[in-house]
Amino acid sequence: MDQKGRKSVQVTYDVLIIGAGVVGCAVARELSRYQLKVAVLEKESDVAAGTSGRNSAVIHAGFNNKPGSLMAELCVEGSQGFEELCAELDVDYKRTGKYLIAFDEQDLAILERLIRQGEANGVRGLRMAEPEEYRNAVPNAGEIGAMYSLETAIVNPFQYVTALAQYAAQNGGRFYFDEQVRGIEKSGDGYRVDTERGTFFSRCLVNSAGLHSGEIAAMTGVEGFRIYPCRGEYLILDKVASQELPIPIYPAPRAGIGGLGVHLTPTTNGNVIIGPSAEYIDDPEDYASTAPVMEKLWSEAVQLLPSLTRKQIIGSYCGNRAKLAPPSEGGFRDFVIQEFSEAPGAIQLIGIESPGLTASVPIARRVAGLLSKHVRLVPKAELIPAQKRKPRFRDLPRVEQDRLIALDPDYGEIVCRCEHITKREIKDAIESCPGLRTLSAIKYRCRASMGRCQGGYCLPRIADILIREYGMMPDEIVMRGKASHLFGRGFLREEV
Amino acid sequence: MTEKQLAIIGGGPGGMAAALSAWEAGVRDIVILEREERLGGILKQCIHDGFGLERFGEMISGPEYARRYAALLEKTGVRVETNAMVTSLLPDKTITAVTRRGVMEFHPGAVVLATGCRERTRGAITIPGTRPAGVYTAGVVQNLMNCRNIRVGERIVILGGGDIGLIMARRLTYEGAKVLAVLELQPEPGGLQRNISQCLYDFGIPLYLSRTVAEIRGRDRVRSVVAAQVDEHGKILPDTRFEIECDTLILSVGLIPENELAGQAGIRLDGRTNGIVADEYLQTSAAGIFACGNAKAVMDLADHVSKEGALAGRNAAHFLLGQAMERRGSGYESRMAKGLPKEGSVTCILCPNGCQIEQKDGKWSGNRCPRGEKFAQQEQKEPMRTLTMVLRTVWGGLLPVRTDRPIPKAAIFPLIEYCKKQCVSSSCMAGDVLIENAMGTGVDLIACDDFAPNKAVSECDETGDRVGKQMVIERAR
Repeated sequence: MDQKGRKSVQVTYDVLIIGAGVVGCAVARELSRYQLKVAVLEKESDVAAGTSGRNSAVIHAGFNNKPGSLMAELCVEGSQGFEELCAELDVDYKRTGKYLIAFDEQDLAILERLIRQGEANGVRGLRMAEPEEYRNAVPNAGEIGAMYSLETAIVNPFQYVTALAQYAAQNGGRFYFDEQVRGIEKSGDGYRVDTERGTFFSRCLVNSAGLHSGEIAAMTGVEGFRIYPCRGEYLILDKVASQELPIPIYPAPRAGIGGLGVHLTPTTNGNVIIGPSAEYIDDPEDYASTAPVMEKLWSEAVQLLPSLTRKQIIGSYCGNRAKLAPPSEGGFRDFVIQEFSEAPGAIQLIGIESPGLTASVPIARRVAGLLSKHVRLVPKAELIPAQKRKPRFRDLPRVEQDRLIALDPDYGEIVCRCEHITKREIKDAIESCPGLRTLSAIKYRCRASMGRCQGGYCLPRIADILIREYGMMPDEIVMRGKASHLFGRGFLREEV
Repeated sequence: MTEKQLAIIGGGPGGMAAALSAWEAGVRDIVILEREERLGGILKQCIHDGFGLERFGEMISGPEYARRYAALLEKTGVRVETNAMVTSLLPDKTITAVTRRGVMEFHPGAVVLATGCRERTRGAITIPGTRPAGVYTAGVVQNLMNCRNIRVGERIVILGGGDIGLIMARRLTYEGAKVLAVLELQPEPGGLQRNISQCLYDFGIPLYLSRTVAEIRGRDRVRSVVAAQVDEHGKILPDTRFEIECDTLILSVGLIPENELAGQAGIRLDGRTNGIVADEYLQTSAAGIFACGNAKAVMDLADHVSKEGALAGRNAAHFLLGQAMERRGSGYESRMAKGLPKEGSVTCILCPNGCQIEQKDGKWSGNRCPRGEKFAQQEQKEPMRTLTMVLRTVWGGLLPVRTDRPIPKAAIFPLIEYCKKQCVSSSCMAGDVLIENAMGTGVDLIACDDFAPNKAVSECDETGDRVGKQMVIERAR
């Protein structure tokens, strides 16, 4: 009762997850199987807005990590279950394998050591490859040798995170976007979390805040974890490039700051990405590409695949690794997946960098295990299974296309000319945005404006749809976050 | 296969001219496949004047130019499929188009590719920096402003001294935005001299040569750009960087022929420009498939695109009818002056030639026609400009308009303010006088496009969806 005699009424979640990246969403999915009240707080307007949506989109086999580490254990576990997981969630996944190229004798020794390390971790299908085998994929790789990993795969990371979140949401999980956590306090036998806009109560917390996991840990009373953001820059190539690259190719990893070296990777959408670089930076959200690195990426990529031409570049992006290893130390420090005595009931997930995408579901299982001390994990009697994505209009046979157009003429209006995305598909994407209907949320859900004209044709048309059919004003349309306004009001006066 | 059918992909200045000339050459089964709601292509958003001098003998705006061709087409039996996006062209000329009426397939005997071009993007030129909102290509800004009444920003930097960038600098200034700088990578701007003169000099917009954008800054929205000087190879010179605070960066950095369909059909493309390789008859590497306009090689003038389109259409007709084809010949290159106007001279803006007219000892020289001298004299006394604008309509859309003749430069901004308060509430046709003696200036404001609100309304169902309407134009009797 407060001073005026009012009784306080509040919703108390069983578990509040901070961060809707791949790990947060995997935890939400895992917990949604149980009779728990689960919510996810995300400071951005969409899932996968940080590192989860800004990476190489590779499912690692698990040979890069030290035997006995959590990274090794969870990566191998994740990798070996990923195909089945993607089938269940209907996510684009392709087991491509991967080559690691040796450029000198020293590299060769590194690769041989990697195979031994991988085998110790339980990775299958690792072997050295002869030049005649890999020359087709990498004509310029030289004669020294390469390593082949059978189980390495590529995935559509945005689809994957979206599918995890979707599963959690349809099974009772709540998602709050544009909710940046400002403070955390102990409250009763749980926690009170204050955001910019509101207050949340929960029995337990999961800190899956990625680049901000050190700060969130400190808010819960767990001091001493600092995240050193390490930026990786990428270039994106037009789809024509993927005809020349069916399989990811990496250089042999050399010691230095923790990264896997600049590699070329086909994406599930048929593009090729080049990157990432590795550079420690101060601001965890500094996603700026830099001229020298862009040049370096290009020259290293051309070294691996000389047939590439600059005209194939259609864009660039950056992602930042949430590293626990400071610049002075370099390399990798193991994942922290732990509950500390300073903050009982708060599971800290800190330093989840690569292979966090691969390990996401195994991490989520560990989290559920740790939480079981605090909340009872009673399985729900019924779960709504993951929904199949609608097939893309452009991939359908003509008869089916005609049937759809007859049902809904919006299928007959192609709005994105590069990717052949129809108005209906764009409207579906708009309607399925969990947070703000931002252009990038729409883009990632239907691929409109991801082609070679980069929205030149469809941007005005998508704006038109948002204005005419969803009642938005031009100055309400944003690109990514709530402050990224694309337009002003019309220049002509509103009064008639 | 519909052996005597000609299919034209793209209903812009090239495609419309091709259809018209093929009709005149005797082909009676012609279809234009246009992806937008109306014919005209990019002309619809080019509300500025400067079109038609070669083709129609007078200077008109883009929408008027499109309307004139569309009106000529309406007198023929050419079938126009609008809202029809061609999604595939096979080597046997099978065309698939997706429309709101269903998926259409065509098996024509000849094809003209008039697919135009697209803009080079930020990604393609790899500008370093962040990726905030507020970076647009010039054509996108043009479309948003001129067709959709959406403004993109207030404080603008334009990269690229090409014509679209220059035209947009003026257009944005008309609408009250501040264009802080136009940066051009080359030591000479790529745009026409007359555009430098009437779009930049008229408004005191600074043009920086041998400069580029070295970095884009801002997390959510553009906060500033870092400009820098470049050497003759386009490499950024250190210590020449300077920051310009702005909220918008507009790119006018080149056009790329739009050739996915041609590539799909196995037609040979120029590896450097991405343009379609065509022979002197405008026939591509595939027999019976012709190409014209910007899809072949980006051209400076719509008039030349139409001229080439007309030839492609004629030759496609000859191909279908088993007649001899015509060679392309010359006349597609104008004497257009590009680059910086000469200091101390008057740049004539009456035609794309952009004559540099100088006065020496009371005598005028440099003009290639008598009109130039008159222009230069007037320029000394009181500069006169044609104003092109858009008016709002009570139905929500925009109607492009212009003054029927030049007005004193000083009257431009008051007239713009006046225009902003006007709202079109009736049907009209291109050329109709909307406002007589606007603000007492003595000039009339005329419509640059047909406007039929009732038609527009009848094409909407209750939810506001436009219902695609097949527009088969009957042959005039």
